[in-house]
Amino acid sequence: MTRRLPVNFILGAVLVALVVGTAALSLVWTPHDATLMTISNKFAPPSATHWLGTDQLGRDVVSQLMAGARNSMAVALVAVLLGGSVGVALGLLASAIGGWVEDGVMRLADLGFAFPALLFAIMLAAVFGPSLTNAVLAIAFINIPVFARVTRGAANQVWTLDYVLAARAAGMNRFAISRDHILPNIAAAIIVQATIEFAVAILAEAALSYLGLGAQPPASSWGRLLSEAQTLMYLAPQLAIYPGLCIVVAVVGFGLLGDGLRDMSDPRLSRER
Amino acid sequence: MWYFIFRRTAGFVATLFVVSAVVFAVMNILPGDPALTILGLDATDDALAALREQLGLNQPVLARYVSWIWNALQGDFGISHSFRVPVSELIAERLPMTVSLAVAGMIFTLVIALSLGIGAAARHRKVGDWGVMFISQIGIAVPAFWLSMLLVLLFAVKLRWLPPGGFAGWSDPVAAMRSLVLPTIALGVVQSAVLARVTRSSALEVMRQDFVRTARASGLSRRRVLWRHVLPNALVPIVTIVGMQFAALVTGTIVIENVFYLPGLGRLIFQSISNRDLPTVQALVMLFAAIVVTANFVVDLLYVVIDPRLKART
Repeated sequence: MTRRLPVNFILGAVLVALVVGTAALSLVWTPHDATLMTISNKFAPPSATHWLGTDQLGRDVVSQLMAGARNSMAVALVAVLLGGSVGVALGLLASAIGGWVEDGVMRLADLGFAFPALLFAIMLAAVFGPSLTNAVLAIAFINIPVFARVTRGAANQVWTLDYVLAARAAGMNRFAISRDHILPNIAAAIIVQATIEFAVAILAEAALSYLGLGAQPPASSWGRLLSEAQTLMYLAPQLAIYPGLCIVVAVVGFGLLGDGLRDMSDPRLSRER
Repeated sequence: MWYFIFRRTAGFVATLFVVSAVVFAVMNILPGDPALTILGLDATDDALAALREQLGLNQPVLARYVSWIWNALQGDFGISHSFRVPVSELIAERLPMTVSLAVAGMIFTLVIALSLGIGAAARHRKVGDWGVMFISQIGIAVPAFWLSMLLVLLFAVKLRWLPPGGFAGWSDPVAAMRSLVLPTIALGVVQSAVLARVTRSSALEVMRQDFVRTARASGLSRRRVLWRHVLPNALVPIVTIVGMQFAALVTGTIVIENVFYLPGLGRLIFQSISNRDLPTVQALVMLFAAIVVTANFVVDLLYVVIDPRLKART
């Protein structure tokens, strides 16, 4: 690559690598068992064995944060993949067929914006009871209209290009063209959007888990750690700090990475820098 | 112009109907027996049958939907199962709290974001600009509920200037205002961060245009040009975002009210979920979704006011 990499891309990549690396590491190793309680050792200060001390039940804070990273990444990954694939499929369909199908899909997408993830999660929790699965479904659901719009917008541009016309003239059907020619050419736009939606999903999962609509005990989630810490703020304010910092690092990381990828994929923007 | 307004209004009403159908479908048609959900597994068959009768569950789905909408349009959302009063009464009691919080958050957002955004644009590529961009990048990434906790830690636990939560009612206006300070900030900061960025980039766009140079050249002060000439012309993208943000602020109150134990609609929704009070949850979700849709509709109409070109075109 001849161009210099944008600063936001580098910074974002470092933060994302840190968070994803921690999450991956927690699959095989954490300093202690994240859910192991040692009541006699509650509210321990930072030490060589417990780097950030322990919480109200004597659980190791570092191990819990690491498990929280894993939970956060897993939720964001599943939600964005799920919502993204449905959204991309709908967007491609709308663009390939056009006419009333396109209008219908886009009106449906408008409608999706009327339901923030929180409202959707509230409905699911009221009917089925709160669970991490419902939180993931709610976050995935709000991703559908976002991806449908981006995909359709980008795909419509590609459909006007000469090589697509050539493919049509050669008798290729619309769905095969969508798969072989449109999708690879709009992949960059979709990846940029996915990175940004990853950040949104991390925030949404934290909020839902904080409100009790996401991860249920004893699973570690940054949002849930914060809701537990809130009742102990006079006793152990430090417990209310660490999980929030983790959320901010993860969200800023994916946000910067998304911005950086967009700058790199859109030469118009990077020339202006 | 009238055709434009008519078309938008028709679209707005249609959207509300589809939204209501989605809410109704999720809450009623998905597998599961609402009566069983409300009463729990150890309910007797008689109690279940009685509740199904009361909720109208024995009627066909379509009839239930129509009567729900028909009654809702007349302000009747059914009876809350846990509070044993009409849902509309619960809403009327708690609506002022939520509206005050959302409006206060909106004012906070507008004041902070417009000053920061215009200020940053005026100092383009200088320290002030970078500072605003950096702060707003962090502001966007901070979850509102965590920011609330940090504010409580600092201003309530450490400095003891403001109450950590709760609301004693409007009878003591000073105490009431004091309890709303931290929630308003927590609610507004994220939206201010977003809006400051939009304001900045929109103002930068306008500042490149010739009439701004002409205004400066004809001796108007920098300040006057910024606020009287740049800002009005930068408003179209700002208004779009503000409309979406008002919707985000209203749904944001759900989270904030729960952090600060404020007796508004957001608290009510969570109490109703734990009480398995489906009619109340359904009414509240519909209400919040309706506010979001209405906010977008109002923005569409505002375009006509802000951008006279639209008036001429349609």
